[in-house]
Amino acid sequence: MKVLVAMSGGVDSSVAAALLLDAGHEVTGCTMRLWGGQSDTGCCSVADVDDARRVAQQLGIPHYVFDFGDDFTAGVVEPYVAAHAAGRTPNPCIECNRTVKFDRLWRRADALGFDAVATGHHARVVEEGGRWRLRRAVDAAKDQSYVLHMLDQATLARTLLPVGDLPKAEVRDRAAALGLRTAAKPDSQDVCFITKGGRESFLSTRLALTPGRVVDTAGAEVGQVAAVQLVTIGQRKGLGLAGGAEPRYVLDVEGDTVTVGSHDELLVDQVDLTDVTWVDRPVDGAVLVQCSAHGEPRPATVAGGVVRFDSPSPRVAPGQSIVLYVGDEVAGGGLAG
Amino acid sequence: MVTYLDHAATTPVRPEVAEAMLPWLTGRYGNPSGGHAVARAARQAVEEARDELADALGCQPRELVFTSGGTESDNLAVAGVGGTVACSAFEHHAVLDAVRALGGSTIPVTPAGVVDVNAVPTDADLVSVMLVNNEIGTIQPVGEVAARARGLVHTDAVQALPWLDVATLAAAAHLVSVSAHKIGGPQGVGALVVREGVRLTPLLRGGGQERERRSGTHNVAGVVGFAAAVRACRAQRPDVAGLRDRLSDGLLAAIPGCQASVERVGTVPGILSLLLDVESEALLVLLDRAGVCASAASSCASGAMEPSHVLGALGLPVGGSLRLSLGWTSTDADVDHALEVIPAAVAQLREKVYR
Repeated sequence: MKVLVAMSGGVDSSVAAALLLDAGHEVTGCTMRLWGGQSDTGCCSVADVDDARRVAQQLGIPHYVFDFGDDFTAGVVEPYVAAHAAGRTPNPCIECNRTVKFDRLWRRADALGFDAVATGHHARVVEEGGRWRLRRAVDAAKDQSYVLHMLDQATLARTLLPVGDLPKAEVRDRAAALGLRTAAKPDSQDVCFITKGGRESFLSTRLALTPGRVVDTAGAEVGQVAAVQLVTIGQRKGLGLAGGAEPRYVLDVEGDTVTVGSHDELLVDQVDLTDVTWVDRPVDGAVLVQCSAHGEPRPATVAGGVVRFDSPSPRVAPGQSIVLYVGDEVAGGGLAG
Repeated sequence: MVTYLDHAATTPVRPEVAEAMLPWLTGRYGNPSGGHAVARAARQAVEEARDELADALGCQPRELVFTSGGTESDNLAVAGVGGTVACSAFEHHAVLDAVRALGGSTIPVTPAGVVDVNAVPTDADLVSVMLVNNEIGTIQPVGEVAARARGLVHTDAVQALPWLDVATLAAAAHLVSVSAHKIGGPQGVGALVVREGVRLTPLLRGGGQERERRSGTHNVAGVVGFAAAVRACRAQRPDVAGLRDRLSDGLLAAIPGCQASVERVGTVPGILSLLLDVESEALLVLLDRAGVCASAASSCASGAMEPSHVLGALGLPVGGSLRLSLGWTSTDADVDHALEVIPAAVAQLREKVYR
């Protein structure tokens, strides 16, 4: 097959390209330039493009750079800022996969005549009985199926995730054996377009950050926060609370008021699901629910857009992605309402 | 087979250039600044090259400063004069960014791709207008610019050197940048003409070479190669006007909706710029995969494409452009191949994009 592999300049996509070559595919590398900010860190910096290009040279495959900055700004950064302004908790990596990586790039690959697109994500795409399944990676600690839950049958049919079958240590070993410069490169962390100054400094130039008061469930003021837009449901630190007492968590953010309470008060029985997508057919009934990238899957029942936890669970911040699994297979996902 | 249609980016080294350089890469050597026999021989090679280039550029040998290329020449001209500076809005980034770094201004260009001479500031210490635009090939009225400007005039003649008599067309400019690798010479060598009386602050200080205007040991092989390239180019300019016309006419006829960015009259024969309604980035990948090397706008450090500031300055759409540039190795077969590949690639992208 003619395969376009998205190379971020990290070790996973480097090895993905190498594995595809070994499998006999006609492989072409590309790196997406997504965020043209001043920083030279993050997932599409000049240094990372250089790494991806050098790996492509070492593997003997062509490499191109695609500038999708316009889509990234419109589809990822602006909604990220808008979500914070609205008091929601966005997941920009998922929106990037949805609007840029697994959409714009797929359309570009299609236009260029590629049969499939590959990435270095740790997850597995499996065909069973003519349907496509999205499964957790072999290396559970590195599993990224959560951020890929929006993939549908048409996209999965043309998606290759070659490193999903390998433990991360073996990925690094392969890269080292091939002499790739990315072999020992640290895993990427955090949101790629937010660098040195952190989230607060990034958002402060793009929306008005306003102070908030922190109250307990009885309405008594117990602390202050400098930027209410940065407070997330379930948050425990940075609330200006006196120490020593029982830990208190954010239960609710309404206007400039942040309500905190005990861990017991944080627990809920259910959460509404919006903007749901399914990998294949819609699923009703028993599922495992994962509410953050590395969160513990919790048993639950899904029915009619409502997730009912089997036992009380910490509430999920509005805007967070909730992914539904059946066993180690992604059934679908959506946003916490 | 690779069809190379990116001569405006760089050109293959001419065989006579390689032949002239080879002795300086193998048996011969020497630091031209030294005092002994080996050094003197190297110095002689540099000065012979300087004489030849000065003759081609219409300046005195002492007015010619060797540099590492067009970018250094442009930066030396702009930063070396300094003060209040201005340049056309579609200069190469080597000039544009140097002017911006000094807080300078830009001069608008007309939709026809020519600098608006009436907008040339009369109060600038330096005005810089290129002799030929690198993306669209339009020849600029540097003489008229110089007639209006009160201060010094610099012209980036890098893209003019393969095609035009720079000595005549840039005669009114006080500073003239040229580069070897656009005319079949080696990469990494260029020159700046600095007319007598122009005071220049050097970018590079050190050994005081080039009459204190550019320190650093001479690139002897490069300078020798530059002179050989100029000699070859003057003896026989690349004859590509017919090829360019056939390529242009063929593409305009074969691709509905395709337009030339500017009129052919008033452009150099080697550069053809087309406007298309498909994404340049995708088109260039398809062309590359089919063995046709072309470009669109200038590339940034990461290798991604920047929207063309040149087409933008003309008020043209910047998303879908294609620059095909010909040179001394271009052949009928190149044009045939391009005429076969490019319309098919555009059709493929249109089918996918508008499906």
